[in-house]
Order: sequence, then structure tokens, then C-alpha cells
Amino acid sequence: MLKDILKVLENDAHTTSKQIATMTGASPADVTKTIKQAEKDRIILKYKAVVNWDRIEDEQVWALIEVKVTPEPEAGFDSIAGRIAQFHQVRSLYLASGTYDLLLVVVDKSERLIAEFVSQNLSHIEGVQGTVSHFVLKRYKEDGELLNGGEAVKREPVVL
Amino acid sequence: MKQTGKRRQKRKIISERANRLSPSGIRKFFDLLASIEGVISLGVGEPDYATPWHISEAAVKSLERGYTMYTSNSGILELRQETAKYLEGIYGIKYEPVGEILMTVGVSEALDLAMRAILNPGDEVIIPDPHYVAYPSCVILAGGEPVFVPTSEKESFEVDADDIESRITPKTRAILLGYPANPTGAVMSREKLLAIADVARRHKLMVVSDEIYARLTYGVEHTCFAGLPGMQANTVLLGGFSKAYAMTGWRIGYAVAPRDIIAAMTKIHQYTIMSAPTMAQVAAIEALKSGESSVQEMVEDYNRRRMVIVKGFCDIGLSCFEPKGAFYAFPSIAVTGMTSEEFSEKLLIEERVAAVPGSAFGECGEGYIRCCYATSLADIEEALNRMERFVKKHRK
Repeated sequence: MLKDILKVLENDAHTTSKQIATMTGASPADVTKTIKQAEKDRIILKYKAVVNWDRIEDEQVWALIEVKVTPEPEAGFDSIAGRIAQFHQVRSLYLASGTYDLLLVVVDKSERLIAEFVSQNLSHIEGVQGTVSHFVLKRYKEDGELLNGGEAVKREPVVL
Repeated sequence: MKQTGKRRQKRKIISERANRLSPSGIRKFFDLLASIEGVISLGVGEPDYATPWHISEAAVKSLERGYTMYTSNSGILELRQETAKYLEGIYGIKYEPVGEILMTVGVSEALDLAMRAILNPGDEVIIPDPHYVAYPSCVILAGGEPVFVPTSEKESFEVDADDIESRITPKTRAILLGYPANPTGAVMSREKLLAIADVARRHKLMVVSDEIYARLTYGVEHTCFAGLPGMQANTVLLGGFSKAYAMTGWRIGYAVAPRDIIAAMTKIHQYTIMSAPTMAQVAAIEALKSGESSVQEMVEDYNRRRMVIVKGFCDIGLSCFEPKGAFYAFPSIAVTGMTSEEFSEKLLIEERVAAVPGSAFGECGEGYIRCCYATSLADIEEALNRMERFVKKHRK
């Protein structure tokens, strides 16, 4: 049941327990209980909106930053990643295969602030060997949603 | 079927055969619909998804490379091979890509070809009622006579072999089945199909099985008629891509059948259609090769909406049997005492919800409406709210 519930919520976090109960055939009480448990177990982390910031006047700059690090003997990449993840500017952080180790999605109010973060915070962390920053020029798709999807296709209202 | 020859004065120029076709009984309804704003439509008969992009992309690429010519009459060989592989994989039935498979312009064309290939003038075709709107017309166009077998909500709209057998005459040539069913959402159990297979075998009847909704079943497994013991030789299996892969506009389907039937169908096809659209065939290859996960995702999603709409109807007092296939619910409107047409028209005018009157699908559809739940959950819920108000007001 948990998987069914998560699929519904991942698509629309607004869906109520009652609605999910109808969709899955479970009782509303069981759905509520399962969700509460999933929140406790940190399976569901948070309920957030996918925002298209481009549609409002808002100074927001996004950057993808590749980071090459020297793994620590005991903790590997985890301890450095843990430190980097603490910075509020870091929206997402992944360990990736390939020519670099960590990939950061960084969001801040200006390029200058991101530059400061890289030069004064990130590069000072022990183990960080080098960084490559890519400023995002345009966002097309966010979290599975097209940002400028255009008009919905109109269907004929009745088709037999 | 309602005959309209008397009602409308026609120019002599129109053939008797064309005159005999019932114009859609709900044309008035269509016109009305077009004049009203803000309608929530449960009246569609197609998925609300766009075709999964990898499938569209395959067609776009083929256009860029210049694949814009006719294909072989039977369809691109690779597509027929993939179709054979698919049918074998899913039902364990073997068909020869060369000679036993024909790619068509949707199941609609395949159905027309099948009827024209097997019927002689006056031959009767047994059709469960309610039925998809095109079935009787296809039979008539091919010179045959539709003979209807009533089905009922009490029997979950499954057609009974005895009821079929009691309508067999020396003129009966074929049984035309369409399960999972449009408009009812009914599915047929394997046992019931086996009984029909037995009737078909004893009376030497062909079975034309339209299985376009085969992939859309919920909690039950679809039984392919051609896969029943001994039935492959007597079955024309019709299938397609429209519903499972959300490809209605591509117009691509297929018929698989014994060699002699496919040969006859191919002859008609080559003189009337030439070949199914090339880009649609390319897209269909991609669908068969890597569309499976999309199908499953869509089925899961339809199922959630199915649960919502069926419970919704029951909650507002429209009894609704559980449809286990396709994407239609077929609630009874008996509590209002209205006819289906009256109900649909009033519902449209008063609450701006479009649902198709069950009577459009045959006499046994009277007293029901067809509601398609392949629409957004928000729309389903709003439609249910509006219908609740409507039912309260008109309850007898």
C-alpha cells in the first residue's frame, strides 16, 4: 500500500487521505497511518510546490557545480559531502560517476553570491581539489514539469 | 437499431445501404455540446495522455530521414514481426509475420475488412448489446445483418453462450465480440469465453474479436479469444495501439487471422487504403519495442481514477457495476426515471457535464450513461459534484 500512496503523493501532494483511500481501496484511517509512519521514517521528507520562478520578477541564480575531492580514508566521500550539504545555498547534492565526484545544484540571489560561495566556502573545505561552475541560463523542465509547456492540447469533447 | 429512412427525406442519389446506417443518435447532443462553455467532458473515448514521447520521437526521426512513402500493403515487415513477437509473448499464440498479420488504419479499418472478407449478402453476425457504435454499421456495410444478444448489468454485461446459441440461424456466419467493452467497461471471464468458443466450434462460426482494450484491465487478466484451445483457426483477432499506448490520432491497428482470411482482407485493403500511415507504423514499432513501462504506468493511473469514479457514482446514488476493463464506467440512471438521452441532455444543460447516453450503444444501453474516466482527477471530482446536485434534484 505504501508504494501506491507514494505514487499518488509524488504526483500531487495535495491529495487527501480520503481521496487516496478511494483510489487504492484502502481505508482512510490506514492511509493516514501509513503516511504518518512514512513521514516518521523519513520516506516522505517534505511537501513542496514545484515553482516556476521565471514567471515572477525574482532575482534567483542557479548554478551546477562539479567538485573534485580527495576521499577521506575512513569516511570516503560522505563526510565531505555532509559538510557541503550544510550550506543553505546547496539545493541538491549528488555523488556522481565520471570525471568529477560531487555535483551540486546551488541557488542564490546573484552570481556574485554564488561566486563567493565557491571561492570562500567550497574551495576552502579540506579535501576539495577543484571546482567547475556552470551557471544555468534557462530552465526548461523542473522536477518532471515542463516550465513553458504551452497550452494543453484540446480534445474533442465527445468521441464514441 | 433505429432506422431513419422514413424520418428524413433523402435525395435518391444516396444508396440504400448508406441510408440504412443509423446517423449517430446523438447528433443533436453534439451540436448542443458545441454551444455550451465550461463543460466537463466524460464523453471522450480516448486516453487523456499524449503519446509517450519516445514513440512520437521515433516517428519524427523517420520523417526527418524521409520515410514518407507507402509501405508494403501488409505493413512494414519489422512491425509485423514485432507484433507477432508481442502476441506470442503475452498470450503464447504464434502468428506468421508474413501472411497472417495485416497492419491497418486503426481497428476500425480492420473491423470493416474482416466483415467484408467473411460476409455474403444476408449473412448474420451476432453482436452483444450494448456494443461499440460501429459494429452494426460495419456489418451492414458489408451486406450482413446484425443480430443482437442482450446483456445486462446483473450479469456484469458479460454475454452468455446460451443466449448466443439461441440466436443462431442457418444464416449466422460470425460472432463479433468486443471485450474489454466500450461502452460498459465489462470484461469476459475465461470460462464464459470457453463456452462461446464451444458454440462457435459446434456451429462452425467465425469469431471476430476486437481486443483493442486488452491492455486496460484492472485486477483481472485479459483472455485472448484466439488463444483458447482450437480457436486460432476460427478467430480474427483485432488489436491496435490507440488505447494502450495513447495513440488514437495515429490511426494504427492490426488484424491477425488464418492465412486465407488475411489474404482476403489484404486484397480489400490494397484497393481501398494501400497501406497504413508509414510514420504511424514506425511509431508502432517503437511502442512495441519499448512502450511497456508507459503502458503499465498509464494503467495504474487509470485504475486510481476508476476507483474514484465508481465509488463516486455509488455515493451519489447512481448504481454502477464495477467495470474491470477499458476506461469507462456505465452507471445506471434508473433513479431519475429519465431516458439516457434525456438525462445526458439535461445534465449537459443544467450542470455542464457531458456523458454519452447509453442508448447510443444499443437498446440494452438504455437507462445508462457512458462516462469515460480518462480525464483529470480534478475534473472527475468536479463532474461528480455536479452530478450529485443533478441527481438530488431529479430523483424520483
